[in-house]
Amino acid sequence: MREAPLPAAEAPRRTRTLRQQEARAGLALLSPTLVVVLAVVVLPILWTVLIAFQRLRLRDLRRTGIFGADLTLRNFETVLTSSGFLDALKVTLIYSIVGTTLSIGLGLVAALVVRKPFRGRTLVRASMLLPYVAPVVAVTFVWQVMLNPELGIVNALGADLLGWQDPIPFLDQRTGTLSVLGVDLGVPTALVVVILYQAWRYFPFSFLFILARLQALPGELDEAARVDGATPLQRFRYITLPQLKGVIALLTVLRFIWTFNEFDDVYLLTQGGAGTEVVSVRVFRYLTGRGDVGAAAALSLVLAAALAVLLLVYFRFFVGRSSEAEAI
Amino acid sequence: MSRTGLDTEVTGRRPGVEAPPRRAARPLSREVVETRVLGVLKWVTIAFFVVATIFPFYYMLLLSVRSIEDLALDPGALWPPRGVSLDAFGEVLRSVDDGGQGFVTFLRNSGVIAIGSVVATLLVSILGAYAISRLEFFGRRQVHFLFLAVYLFPAILLAIPLFVLFTRIGLRGSLLGLTIVYISQTVPVTIHMLRNYFATVPASLEEAAALDGATRLQIIRKVALPLAKPAIMATSLFVFMIAWNEFLFALLFLVEDRGRWTVSLGLSQLAGSIEVAKTVLMAGSVILTVPIIVLFFATERLLVEGLTSGAEKG
Repeated sequence: MREAPLPAAEAPRRTRTLRQQEARAGLALLSPTLVVVLAVVVLPILWTVLIAFQRLRLRDLRRTGIFGADLTLRNFETVLTSSGFLDALKVTLIYSIVGTTLSIGLGLVAALVVRKPFRGRTLVRASMLLPYVAPVVAVTFVWQVMLNPELGIVNALGADLLGWQDPIPFLDQRTGTLSVLGVDLGVPTALVVVILYQAWRYFPFSFLFILARLQALPGELDEAARVDGATPLQRFRYITLPQLKGVIALLTVLRFIWTFNEFDDVYLLTQGGAGTEVVSVRVFRYLTGRGDVGAAAALSLVLAAALAVLLLVYFRFFVGRSSEAEAI
Repeated sequence: MSRTGLDTEVTGRRPGVEAPPRRAARPLSREVVETRVLGVLKWVTIAFFVVATIFPFYYMLLLSVRSIEDLALDPGALWPPRGVSLDAFGEVLRSVDDGGQGFVTFLRNSGVIAIGSVVATLLVSILGAYAISRLEFFGRRQVHFLFLAVYLFPAILLAIPLFVLFTRIGLRGSLLGLTIVYISQTVPVTIHMLRNYFATVPASLEEAAALDGATRLQIIRKVALPLAKPAIMATSLFVFMIAWNEFLFALLFLVEDRGRWTVSLGLSQLAGSIEVAKTVLMAGSVILTVPIIVLFFATERLLVEGLTSGAEKG
């Protein structure tokens, strides 16, 4: 790499060229990053748009040129009118909204209980991060075995302690019945399990960020409220929670984006079966199962567009309103 | 608990000096009740979280040292009822020719990819982070928008063109291709982590070196890097974990050739087959998880600070 001389080593009167040199050095140092991100992220995203309008099949990959095929809307027609598309969109929405809420809620509770120092706090805190740092394939496999109807510990304990008549195939059952006070309720078993798993695996992320914010809060406000006779719950509701608004709003956006785009966890737990097919898994099916690269690209664009619309709505109606009331 | 309730309690105090004896009794008792109840609830909650997070990992270890027949007889046991056996680890590690599952090969592949990603990402992001934190140039502030693209779009969207591209140029199925993808996936975060750190290193040190005639790259290597050692450690670990744990791209790129599988991919592929015992695969899970957990516990503080720095400001 070429090196530009340093500003300090030069005579002070040539300021303009110095600035140019610094600009050039900056770009030179940043260029490897730019090359990688452009080549492996930005251009591929643009290319997806092109592929979505082409009839490209897996078996033709090596033959067709980049601009070789005619442009067509057929792929969008295929994916939007296919049976199961609306269901997949609905499942994705439920999964993202409930999963995001649960994981942030759990993260908040976890952060509040370990806020003050106690013996063994470091160990407790580290254990709470385990689900998030452990390899996704390993933890989904453990969940699969735990929930297995024949070998799993959940069904074994359910039969021993709760008197379950038949083992419950948690990850293969689309709808189960739950009797509450004599009323039978239909429960989408597999979807509930996948969402609970999502909450379990990702609450540590919210926990980390909320805890960092909690520990940076100034103690004076809380102290003043205590002196004025506010009870612990009141102090949480009126003193602590408002100060956490910013970080919770940020987490909501991040977690929602990531959950909405989630592929690994759902695919590894259920392969998208039993009513858990989210849009990402459907894209994967188009790509590998049917070998329809064009349709896969089209559906992934639909997914990205749906996310963009939802984020726009969120920023317009939720963030806009609360920032009018009080700037975050 | 209502807003008005709090307001009257808070404001009601200020004027009345004579009030405390009568008023103190009510809020105090509520204070005491809440404090006691919350004090108990807090420990119940902590216990719940510890069990919920640790149990699946304990279960993983437990099954890896039990035989499959033993498990089928007594699936609810919380302790290995018939002693500990390490046979599963032997079977999962042995090569396929020796009747095992070949995890040693998978470990080697994962190691090569993860270490390659760490080294390459560090090289790229140290230069980039230094430029962003120290040098003034056009587009310096716009760079972040570019990086947003990496995290806003679903991985599966990115996977399609990369799958097509790598098939064309023959990189699909190679460990190098996967490493390149991992670099692009981690560089935005590592630049962010390193930039925050470079920003805390006083620029005067580097100016002094510049006056002594050091070139830009010398300054980065001899002044900025040694000072940024903790941040570099944290960044390396972060990249290592991402590359070691990653699943989707490994699945798309490497699935066809068993000799190229990573540990994650190998475990996921074998998990679906009925021929391999679950207990043997549990041993595989332990092998996949242990390096990450050891690394994580050894460096937890570093990593957490690196990732959440800046979050304190809300």
